[in-house]
Amino acid sequence: MNKGRRKFLGYLLKGTAGSLYWMLPLPIKVPLQIPGLGEEEKYDPEAHEFVFMVDINRCIGCGSCCVADKREYQVPDGQYRTWVERYLITVDGEVFVDSPKGALEGYPEPRKVEKPVRDAFFVPKLCNMCEEPACVQVCPVGATFKTDDGFVLIDYKRCIGCAYCVQACPYGVRYIHKKKRTADKCTWCYHRVRRGLLPACVNACPTGARKFGDLRDPDSEVSKILRSSEPLFVLKPDMGTFPRLKYLHLRQEVI
Amino acid sequence: MADVVGYVFPNEHHIHWSLMIVTYPYITGIIAGAFIVSSLYHVFHVKALKPVSRFALIFALSFGICCTWPLLNHLGHPERCFNIMLTPHPTSAMAGFGYVYSTYMIILLLEILFIYRAVFARLLPQTTGFKATLYRALTFGNTDLSPATLRFDHKVTSWLALIGIPMACVLHGYVGFIFGGVKAVHWWLTPLMPVIFLLSACVSGIAGIILGYLLVQWWKRRPVDEECLSTLVKYLWGFLILDVVLELLDLGVHAYLRVESWHVLEHLISGPLFTSFIVMQILIFSFIPLVILGVLTLANVRGKALQILATLSAVMLLIQVYCMRWNVVIGGQMVSKSGRGYTFYHPGFFEKEGILPTILILLAPVIILFFLAKVFPLWMTEEGQNPQPIKNFN
Repeated sequence: MNKGRRKFLGYLLKGTAGSLYWMLPLPIKVPLQIPGLGEEEKYDPEAHEFVFMVDINRCIGCGSCCVADKREYQVPDGQYRTWVERYLITVDGEVFVDSPKGALEGYPEPRKVEKPVRDAFFVPKLCNMCEEPACVQVCPVGATFKTDDGFVLIDYKRCIGCAYCVQACPYGVRYIHKKKRTADKCTWCYHRVRRGLLPACVNACPTGARKFGDLRDPDSEVSKILRSSEPLFVLKPDMGTFPRLKYLHLRQEVI
Repeated sequence: MADVVGYVFPNEHHIHWSLMIVTYPYITGIIAGAFIVSSLYHVFHVKALKPVSRFALIFALSFGICCTWPLLNHLGHPERCFNIMLTPHPTSAMAGFGYVYSTYMIILLLEILFIYRAVFARLLPQTTGFKATLYRALTFGNTDLSPATLRFDHKVTSWLALIGIPMACVLHGYVGFIFGGVKAVHWWLTPLMPVIFLLSACVSGIAGIILGYLLVQWWKRRPVDEECLSTLVKYLWGFLILDVVLELLDLGVHAYLRVESWHVLEHLISGPLFTSFIVMQILIFSFIPLVILGVLTLANVRGKALQILATLSAVMLLIQVYCMRWNVVIGGQMVSKSGRGYTFYHPGFFEKEGILPTILILLAPVIILFFLAKVFPLWMTEEGQNPQPIKNFN
């Protein structure tokens, strides 16, 4: 009996000490998702060239990416950093597109179209991180800028909220944030990437439709795709913005 | 709030550039147009416009004071507005606004001060109290009325007006550039946009001067200078012809080219924008004044008919230019960048950027003009005499 109590108290003490281990603010190393990024002593933006790839054939329209994004940034209702479009193309070429609530709830119901459907697919949309961004060009105060590693970001403390960038973006990814009263858009989770983590939406994608990586790393998935014969496209190439967001197997109907 | 037809991108359900951005180019247009009327007298020596030359300047100043109000009301962070001048981004068309606007306003103010210096100097002996102090301050202590000084004033005025004309053109042509330079919006994307804005600015400015002049003369029961009114009508007709022809040519070229974007735009014109663009802006408020002004000019109509028809045309053209601003600013945003749908815009009456603030902002220059007229005599002759009221006003 006495032995049992002693043993019990011993377990209790060890258990408490063990629990404390999780509560103490010890430096815990997060497993890195972007190879090579954590090994550098100091992050050198010029040593990286990040691209985002979306594989149309893999997207199932579940909306997990949109939910992850909304949670990551507390995006106000009715505004979207990323969304997923559903395309239905009938045999005679008529195109039906929708994106209810930006696909935050996925697509639980099929869309009924009277004509036979030739092709149906989902298209995730997000910031194109253009090489020649129209939004950066038009920003009157320089609040929107391009980093050396290819990100187009917004300085929320400088933005005056004129919405010129909203007009200038050919892809409709910008909006005036209801609470911040400044421009806002997808950042490809720059804060995560700098720590060696994948963007929240890429992390959440269950099918690998969203891919992210460094083109300077020859072993990255994006580098391998770029070197392969897979058909890669960008949106609205005639705009001359040279997006870094590439689409695999994009159909010509997608705008 | 907005509603949509077809597929529009999720972020496009809200129209970001509201009635405020419709009103802003409207006001700058009136400033530029009014200044050009004044310059026609001061630089191009169109003697007939002498009666309105000073009124036009003060008219431009009143609207100039209110020019930034709609913008400030629209900005998400108006308290950061000076960033546009403190940290300007050289590649942005909009970054020039602060400089262009300030330079123009300085030239306008200097022009006014030099023109009014002699007037204030003549009025000073008959003036007492605060007004006298104000007049003395506005003459900068120089009350000399010798012919040499007057000649110098005149010379400076001419030079200022000479710089002012291109500045007025830059001010408004530049507003057109802000729209014409947005490649993502097909409805705005035309190199003609600055030219069209400039010409419509002249139309609204001259129409504003005609209306203002006639209303003041009727209210004060003073005779209308028919030569002046008739000249204004001629200029208004000329600018209106250029304006309407260029707008239709621009539309016609796009319609004929039938490139990809046109297939979206033709549905915009025949659908959501049909009433405000085709019916109101073109058929009613352009063609009718075009005919009326043509008749007034060619048949050399005078008397009461001239006054009434000129007033009618001026009112119609002020509406036409507002329609044009609406159709450009709102029309461009109605087309979704998805190319598959349209967003509608219904401004609320009481909302921050709604109808009531717009009415207040458009009324403000008239109220400011009323008070400025107490300081700056608008109708006095150069010798400092008040014009005589007519006895039998009918």
